[in-house]
Amino acid sequence: MGRETLIDEIRTKLGDAVESVSESYGDDVLAVRPGFLRSLMVALRAAPFDYAVLLDLTCVDFTAGEGRFELVYHLYSLSRNVRLRLKTSLPAADPVADSITGLWKNADWLEREVFDMFGVRFTGHPDLRRLLTYEGFEGHPLRKSYPWRLAQPRIPMKDKV
Amino acid sequence: METRIQREARPESMLINMGPSHPAMHGTIRIMLELDAERILNAEVEVGYLHRGFEKTCENKTYFNLLPYTDRLNYVSPLINNLGYAMTMEKMLGVGVPERAQLIRVLMSELSRISDHLTCLAAMAMECGAFTVFLYMMKAREFLWDVIEFTTGARMTTSYIRIGGVRADLHPDWRGSLATAVRETRRVLKDVSGLLDKNSIFQGRTRGVGVISKEDALSYGWTGPCLRSTGIPYDVRKASPYLIYDKLDFEVPVGEFGDNFDRYRVRMREMEQSLRLLEQVAALIPGAAPITGEPAIEPAEAIRVSRRQKTAARIRLSPNLEGSEKARYADLMTSDRPAALGSTACGVVVPPKEDTYTTMEGLISHFLFFMNGHGIRPPKGDVYFSVEGGNGEVGFYVVSDGTDRPYRLHLRAPCFHVVSALEQLIKGRLLADVIPTFGSMNIIAGELDR
Amino acid sequence: MSGLDFLTTRLEMALGWGRKYSLFHYPFITACCGMEYMSAACAHFDIDRFGAGLTRFSPRQADLLLVVGTVTHKLAPVLKTVYDQMLEPKWVIAFGACAVSGGIYQNYAVVQGIDRIIPVDVYIPGCPPRPETVLDGLMKLQDKIQHQKQDWRWAGKP
Repeated sequence: MGRETLIDEIRTKLGDAVESVSESYGDDVLAVRPGFLRSLMVALRAAPFDYAVLLDLTCVDFTAGEGRFELVYHLYSLSRNVRLRLKTSLPAADPVADSITGLWKNADWLEREVFDMFGVRFTGHPDLRRLLTYEGFEGHPLRKSYPWRLAQPRIPMKDKV
Repeated sequence: METRIQREARPESMLINMGPSHPAMHGTIRIMLELDAERILNAEVEVGYLHRGFEKTCENKTYFNLLPYTDRLNYVSPLINNLGYAMTMEKMLGVGVPERAQLIRVLMSELSRISDHLTCLAAMAMECGAFTVFLYMMKAREFLWDVIEFTTGARMTTSYIRIGGVRADLHPDWRGSLATAVRETRRVLKDVSGLLDKNSIFQGRTRGVGVISKEDALSYGWTGPCLRSTGIPYDVRKASPYLIYDKLDFEVPVGEFGDNFDRYRVRMREMEQSLRLLEQVAALIPGAAPITGEPAIEPAEAIRVSRRQKTAARIRLSPNLEGSEKARYADLMTSDRPAALGSTACGVVVPPKEDTYTTMEGLISHFLFFMNGHGIRPPKGDVYFSVEGGNGEVGFYVVSDGTDRPYRLHLRAPCFHVVSALEQLIKGRLLADVIPTFGSMNIIAGELDR
Repeated sequence: MSGLDFLTTRLEMALGWGRKYSLFHYPFITACCGMEYMSAACAHFDIDRFGAGLTRFSPRQADLLLVVGTVTHKLAPVLKTVYDQMLEPKWVIAFGACAVSGGIYQNYAVVQGIDRIIPVDVYIPGCPPRPETVLDGLMKLQDKIQHQKQDWRWAGKP
C-alpha cells in the first residue's frame, strides 16, 4: 500500500476522526479530533493499516501562546515498514484524553510519564500516578510554567558546605 | 507512602524490596515483590531514580550546546546517541554529510554497539555468578575504548559526532588500534562462548526464563536485540537504512523463544556482525594524507603571526582546539548552508579555528555561530528520526519554534519500553529469576529515566 | 638478622597503615561514572593493587562509600540511609562531577553535590573521571587515612 492509497484509505474509513493530513520532513502526520482518539487507534491497529507498534507517546506544551497541549503519538507498522505521527490538541485549562492502555501495553508507562511531566490526565488508565518524579512533588516539570531550576528536596539539604 | 503492592498484597504473603541500591541492580531501579516462599506473586517496578531532567535542560540550551547531554543518555554507547541527535537535526536542516564523515560515523557506531553489548552481557553474567566473563569482557571493552579515545580524545562521553559531520579526523594510527581491538574482541567472544554456551548453571538460569511472546514484545514497543530474540528481524539499519548501511553486508541475528538465553545469544551474534562491519568500513575509509607544512602553534602565537604577515600562508593550529583541522574540513564537516538559516548566518558547523584567529571574516562567522539568538536556527516544525542503538530504536523528536533553542526535545528511549515489561516477565517466577531477566534486558538508567 | 627482630612505631601510625590498605568499598553506582568504575575495578587498571579491591555490597560491611554518579532528589534519601547504615570509621569519595557538584545538571531534579547530604572526604573530578584519576583519588584518601587521628574505641578512649 503506497502512501497515497494509505492516505485515501484513512480519509474514507476514518474521515470523521481526522482533522487534517499533512507531511513534515517526509513523515505523515494526522491531526486527530480529541474525542475520536481511541476509536481511531483501534482502527489503525487493525488491518489494513496494521500499525502494530506504539513507538512513542509524548506531549508538547503550547499553553503560553496557543492555550493547548498537544499529544504526539508515533505508530509503526512492521508489515508495511512505515511510521505515522498522530497529534491531538487538548485545552490548557483541563487537559484530559482517552487512555489507550487496553490497546498497547507500553501505553501504561507512557501515559504515566506524560501525566507526571505535563499533568495530562487519561481517562480509563488503571493506575495513573507519577512515574519519574516522586510522591509529594508539586507541579509538572516539563510544563513551560515550571521553573527550570526549582528543586523540591525530599530531605533537608545543607545550603553551605 | 503506601505503594500499590502494599495495598494489594495478601496478608499472609511476604513483601520484599530490591533496590534502588542492590548488588545486582546495575542502575538504580526499585523492584517491590510479593512473595509466597520463593515464588513471585506480584511485582511492582519503580523507576525515575536517575531522572536528571534531560528534556527540560535541552529546552534551555542551544542546539549546539545540548550535544554533551545526549552523551549521557545511554552512557555505554554515547556515540550512537550523538549520531541520533545529529542526524535528526540534519534531517530538519536538510544538510548532507561528506562521505568520509559517514564512514567514520558507521565505524564509531559499531564500536559503541559492541561495547554496549559487552557491558550488558558482562553484568548479566557476573550477576549469575560468572565473574570471569565479566573480567574478560571488560578487557575487550578497554581495547575498543582505546580506538575511540585515540580519535575522539575521551573514553566515554565524547561529543564527537556533530551536527553536519564529525569533530576531527581519525587518529593517524587508528588502523593498528582497530585491528588489535577486533582481534582481542574476537578472542574474548570465543572464550565467553566456551564458558557460557554449554554451562549448565547459566543455562538453568536463562533458558525458559523471562520468556516473552512476539505479540507481547510488539505490544510493549520492544525494539533492538530484545525484540529480535523473539524472532522478529526488526532492525532500523535494515528497515530504514541511514548513513551507508544499505551498502554494507551484515546479517540481523534473531532468536527463537524470546527467553534470556536467546537475548544473550542474539547479542553475542550481533557483536560478531558488528566486528564484520568494522572490518568492511575500515577497508572503505581511504588513508588520509598527513598534514604537512608549518608546525602547529597555539592561538596567541597565531594572532601574532597573522598581524605580522598579510600573506595567504596557512597557519596551523594545535589540533587540540575545537574545529582546528582546516585542511581536512571538507572531508569531515558539511559545507551546506541551509536556506532556512538566512543569508547572514554561518553554516551549521563550527567555523575553522584557523580562520577565527587570523581573519576578520572568520571571527565574524565564529560569533554568528555562537552568539545567543544566532547559530543553528531550524525552521518551525517538528521532526522524528531514529537510529539503531545498543538497546533498540533510539529516536529523537524535536519541535522547533524558529529560535536557537529547541521548543521541545523528546527522546524515544528503547530501554523504557523494554523495562516496562519487567513486571509481567517476573510474575509467577522464582525470586532468583529476577536477576538474569533484569540483566538480559540491559537497563541503562540514564536512558530509562532521562 | 639479630638487629631486625623487632620494629617500633606509634600505634596510631600502625593503625592508619592497616586501615588504608584494607578498604572495603561499597559502590553506590547510579550513572555514567559506573562504567569508569567498572574499568577501574577490572584487569586493566585494577584497583586491587591499591588495597581497595574487595567490593562489599552491604553498607554494614563497608568502610568506604564510593558515590558513583548523579544523585537525584528522588535518590537522596536512599544515599542518606546507606551512609547512616555504615559503621565507623567510614570514608566517602564523591566520584565524578555530578556527585561533586551536580555537574552539568543544574536543574530541578539533581542534588547539587552530595556534600549537601553527607560529609565527603575526597572529591574526584571529571565527567566521568578517567580510571587513573580514580586511582589518584584513592591514594589521596589513603594519605588522609594514614595521617588522620585514629579512633580506637576498644581501648576505652573516646
